[in-house]
Amino acid sequence: MSATGIGAAVRRKEDHRFITGQGRYTDDVNRPGQAQAYFLRSPHAHAKIKSIDTKAAAAMPGVLGIFTGADLAADKIGGLICGWMIHNKDGSPMRAGAHPALAQGRVRYVGDHVAVVVAETLAQAKDAAEAIVVDYQELSAVVETAKAAGAKTVIHDEAPDNTVFNWHLGDKDATDKAFKAAKHVTKLDLVNNRLVPNAMEPRAAVGDYDAGEGIFTLYTTSQNPHVARLVLSAFIGIAPENKLRVIAPDVGGGFGSKIFIYAEETVCVWAAKKVGRPVKWTADRTEAFLSDAHGRDHVTHAELATDADGKILALKVHTTANLGAYLSTFSSSVPTYLYAPLLSGQYDIPAIYCEVDAVYTNTAPVDAYRGAGRPEATFVVERLIEVTARQLGKDPAKFRLQNYIRKFPHQTPVIMAYDTGNYAASLKKALEIIDYKGIGKRKRDSARAGKLRGIGFSSYIEACGIAPSAAVGSLGAGVGLWESAEVRVNPIGTVEVLTGSHSHGQGHETTFAQLVSDRLGIPIDNVSIIHGDTDKVQMGMGTYGSRSGAVGMSAIYKAIDKVIAKGKKVAAYVLEADEADIDFADGNFTVKGTDRKLDFGSCALQAYVAHKFNGQELEPGLKEGAFYDPTNFTFPAGVHICELEIDPQTGVTKIDRWAAVDDFGVVINPMIVEGQVHGGIAQGVGQALLEGARYNSDGQLVTASFMDYTMPRADDLPSFDVGMTVTPCPSNPLGIKGCGEAGAIASPPAVINAITDALGHEDIAMPATPQAVWRAAQKSISRLAAE
Amino acid sequence: MYAFTYHKPTSARQAATLLAKKEDAKLLAGGHTLLPTMKQRLASPAAIVDLGACADLKGITLKGRNIVIGAMTTHAEVAASAEVQAAIPALAYLASHIGDPHVRHRGTIGGSVANNDPAADYPAALLALGATVITNKRKLTAEEFFTGLYETALEEGEIITKVSFPLVSKAGYAKFRNPASRYAMVGVFVAKRGSDVRVAVTGAGEGGVFRWPEAETALKVRFSPKSLDGFKHGSKGINGDIHADPEYRAHLIGVMTRQAVAQATGK
Ligand SMILES: Cc1cc2nc3c(=O)[nH]c(=O)nc-3n(C[C@H](O)[C@H](O)[C@H](O)COP(=O)(O)OP(=O)(O)OC[C@H]3O[C@@H](n4cnc5c(N)ncnc54)[C@H](O)[C@@H]3O)c2cc1C
Repeated sequence: MSATGIGAAVRRKEDHRFITGQGRYTDDVNRPGQAQAYFLRSPHAHAKIKSIDTKAAAAMPGVLGIFTGADLAADKIGGLICGWMIHNKDGSPMRAGAHPALAQGRVRYVGDHVAVVVAETLAQAKDAAEAIVVDYQELSAVVETAKAAGAKTVIHDEAPDNTVFNWHLGDKDATDKAFKAAKHVTKLDLVNNRLVPNAMEPRAAVGDYDAGEGIFTLYTTSQNPHVARLVLSAFIGIAPENKLRVIAPDVGGGFGSKIFIYAEETVCVWAAKKVGRPVKWTADRTEAFLSDAHGRDHVTHAELATDADGKILALKVHTTANLGAYLSTFSSSVPTYLYAPLLSGQYDIPAIYCEVDAVYTNTAPVDAYRGAGRPEATFVVERLIEVTARQLGKDPAKFRLQNYIRKFPHQTPVIMAYDTGNYAASLKKALEIIDYKGIGKRKRDSARAGKLRGIGFSSYIEACGIAPSAAVGSLGAGVGLWESAEVRVNPIGTVEVLTGSHSHGQGHETTFAQLVSDRLGIPIDNVSIIHGDTDKVQMGMGTYGSRSGAVGMSAIYKAIDKVIAKGKKVAAYVLEADEADIDFADGNFTVKGTDRKLDFGSCALQAYVAHKFNGQELEPGLKEGAFYDPTNFTFPAGVHICELEIDPQTGVTKIDRWAAVDDFGVVINPMIVEGQVHGGIAQGVGQALLEGARYNSDGQLVTASFMDYTMPRADDLPSFDVGMTVTPCPSNPLGIKGCGEAGAIASPPAVINAITDALGHEDIAMPATPQAVWRAAQKSISRLAAE
Repeated sequence: MYAFTYHKPTSARQAATLLAKKEDAKLLAGGHTLLPTMKQRLASPAAIVDLGACADLKGITLKGRNIVIGAMTTHAEVAASAEVQAAIPALAYLASHIGDPHVRHRGTIGGSVANNDPAADYPAALLALGATVITNKRKLTAEEFFTGLYETALEEGEIITKVSFPLVSKAGYAKFRNPASRYAMVGVFVAKRGSDVRVAVTGAGEGGVFRWPEAETALKVRFSPKSLDGFKHGSKGINGDIHADPEYRAHLIGVMTRQAVAQATGK
C-alpha cells in the first residue's frame, strides 16, 4: 500500500479550503446585479386561497417582481415531480396530487410556498411580502400518520382517502402458513419518529439568465446537479438541457435533503429571466425546519414467528408511512423499495410479507434521510429480534448467531440477493470490544450506585450502491442509477477526474484521488477531482445511498482501465515493442522481460505530441470516459453494541460505551470511513434519544428551531470503538460496499434495545428523552418491586 | 429586521438621556435575546442604544459584604472572576453553565435579569441570595424586581446598572438543562445565611422564578440533602412543554434541590 493509495488514511485534501474559510458554497456566489428572493409561506397547515392581492406590495420600494402560482402556470412551468412510480396491490398506479412550485388555490402545510417577492434587497423583499394580502379560508388539518387514511378532510382530490398507495411485498400465503405453524409469535408496535435533516448549510439557490445566449444557470445546494437539470428541463420545463446549466459548488451537508428538486430553486431560475436579473435565495434556519424534506415517520405493527428451537420462521409487517403534503422527488421509493427489501436483516427468514400504506398529511414532505428506509427496516427487525430473544429467554447475541445467514449468495424472500458477508465475525469482534463477558459485573456496579445499566445489540444490513438500472427500472424508478466518469490526462501526466458523483462532505476529492494515485502510480497532488457542474461533467446520477464509492469510483476505475489500455498503445510505439508485451505497474509502462520503460507522465506527453506514432492509426491524446452500471446492490452489514446507564432519578441516559464493527468491503480511506461511522452513529443516537419533529393538532411545527428541536451535541456521545471486518464486494471492481449510512441505520435499535434492557424490558418510544425514560423507569421499578 | 437608528453612548447617564429622547428606543446589551427577536421581526425598536461602550456598567467588585456586578458584565466574566469564585462559588458555577461559550461571551447579567426569561439561570440566584437590582433611578430587591414571565418592575427609561449580591455562608446551584436549548428546564439555587435558608426555583414556574417555602423550612432545621427525603414539589403552577410536563418538572425540582444542597454542603 502506498502512502496515498487505496487503504491509506490520507488527510482530506478539501479540508484546507474548508477550515480556512475558503470553501465556496452557493450562498458565497454573488452575480453582478443580483436581486434577492423571499418566499411568502403559508402560516396555515391547510387552507383555500380565495385571493392574493399583490398590488400594494408591488409598489413598495425596491420590488422587481412578485409572482404567484398563476404566473408559473401562465408560463407553462410544470409542477415538482416524484420520480418513482409505485403500484398498488391491485396493480393500479399510486394516487399522486399535483405539486406546484407556488401554490395554486390551496396551501397544504405550514411553510408551503404562496408567492415569491424579488427585490433589490432581502429586507425590501420581506417588507413587500408583509404587504401581500392573502385571503385564506382555513380547512381542518390532517396531521397524525396513523389517522390520515379515512380522515374527513381530503388533502388532494386525487387521493380521496389521503392514501397515496397500498403497496405490498413478499408472499402473504407462505407467511400466514408459517405463522400458523409457529411455536412463538412476538408482536410489536413501533413508531419511527419524524426527523428534520438540518444540514449545516441551509438550502440556497442563485438563478441567472443570459439573455444574449438564452442560457439559464442555476447555482444550487444539490447532491445531484445533473438530476436537478434533468428534472428542471424535461419535467418542469425551465429550458432544454443544452440551455440550462446547473452548478452545485461546495455543499455543506445534505443527508438526503439536498437530493430533491424543490420549489425555491425552480422559482429562482425561472424568475431570473422574468426580472432580467440574477435572483438569489438562501434559507434561514426556520425555513429549513419548515420546508426541507423531513425523514422517517412510520407507524408499524410487526410480528415475528419462531419455532420451538428459536429458529425464525416468518416476519409480517404493516407500516403506515407519512409522506407529508406532497410527494417529494424520491418519497415514494423510501418506504417501499428502500424499506421492505431490507426486512430480512442478517437473518435466514423463509417467509416475509410487508404491507405499506402511504398517506398524505398536512405536514412538510417526507423523503430520503440518511439511510432512507433502511434505518426504518433495521429498527423493525432489530427490535423484534431483541424482544423475541428476551421472550424466549435466550441470550440476544446467541439468538442472533443462531439465525444468521451463513451461506452466500443468499436469496431473501424480499427481492435482495445478498452476495457476501460474515455476520458472525462482526458479532464476535463487537462482543470482544464491548467486553460482553463483563456486562454482569458492570450492571451490578451500576445498581450499587443507584443506576440502571443496559446493553443493546443491532445486527444491521443495508443495500447500497444503488443500483442496477434495469432492476430499479422494473421497480418503478424514473431514471437509471449508473454513474459516469471521465479521466482526463494532461500532457505532463497530471490528471483531472470528472465525476457524476458530487461530494457534500464525504471527501471525494481525497478518496477519488487516492484511487487514481494508486492505479496510475502518480502523486495524489497530481490528481484533481471535478464535480458538481453540468457544463464540465457530462452526466451523473449524484451522491446518495452510499453510491459514490461503489458506483462512482467503479466508473472511474473503468475509465482508468481505458486510459491504461490507451497508454499501452502509446508506449508500444515509443518503446518500439509489441502492445501485448507492454505491462503497466507502479506508474511505469515496461516491455516484458526488458528494462525498457516509459513513465506515466512521459507517456502522456507522447500521447499529446503524437510524434512517435501515426495520428491516423492511433488517435492522439489521453482522455477516456466510462459509464458504470452496477450488477447488484452492495450489502454493507455489521454489529453495533451500545451500553448505557440510566439515572432513574432524572431519566438521563448516558451512553457509556459503543462498539461498532462494520463490514464495508474494501476501504479506501479508513479515517474518512471512521468519520462516516461516527457521524452516522451521532445521527442515529440523535433519533433514538434526542430528535423528534412534532406538529401540533393544527399542523403547526412546534419544533421549528434549535431551541426546541434537540440536535445531538458532542457531549451527548461517548468515544466510539470502531472495528472493521472485510468481505470484499464481488460485484464491483474495487470490492467496495459503502459506509455513509451504516451508523445511522445501526444505532437507533442498539440504543433502544439497551434502554429497554436497563429498564427491565419496559418498551419505550423514540426519542427516549429524559422525561420518557424517567416515566418508564418509574413503571419498571414499581413492577419489579411488585414481582 | 426592520430599519432602526443606532446609538452608542459611553456612560450610563448618556444612555439614559438617549433612551428618554429617542422615540421607541431599546437598550442593547449582549444582544443574545434582543437581536434574534429583531431578526425574526418580532421586535422592531425605532432606535437601539448600545450599552457596549459604557465602561461604568462593567466590572466586578467586592464592596464590604457584597459582590457587586456591573450590568454589562458577561456571563464568562462572572464565571472566571476570582472574586466571585471566592465569595459565592455557586454564582460563578451558575454563570459557567449558561448556554454555550458564545452565549457566555456575549450575554450579560443586566440583559438576562432585565429579560427575566422564565428559564434563565440568574433569576434563581438573585432570589435565593437576596440580591438587589440597582438601576439609574432606584434599588429593588429581587422579589420586587421579578414580577412575572418576562416581566420586571423596570419602568420606561430605567437602566439596570448593577446587581449586588450579599455574601452567604453556603450556596449551591443545580440545573437540569433543557435538552434542546440548554436553558434551565429546572434550576434550583439554595443559599444559607445564618439561620436563614432560601430555595429559589427557575425554569419550572408558570409565573417565572419562585421560592419553595416548604423546602426552606425543612432545610432551616438541618441544612442537608437528607432533610429533603420524601419531599416532593406539587405539580400545580408548574409549567409543561414538549420536553417536560408539570409532573416531571415538579419531580425534578426535588432532585435538583437535593443536588444543590449537596453541592452547597460539599457532599
Ligand atoms: C443559544 C442561547 C442559549 C442560552 N442559554 C441560556 C441559559 O442556559 N441560561 C440563561 O440564563 N440564559 C441563556 N441564554 C440567554 C443569555 O444568557 C442572555 O443573557 C440573554 O439573552 C440576555 O442578555 P443579553 O446581554 O444578551 O441582553 P440583550 O439581548 O441585549 O437584551 C435583552 C433585553 O434586556 C434589555 N436590557 C439589556 N440590558 C439592560 C440594562 N442594563 N437595563 C435594562 N434593560 C436592559 C434589552 O433592552 C432587552 O430587552 C441563552 C441565549 C441563547 C441565544
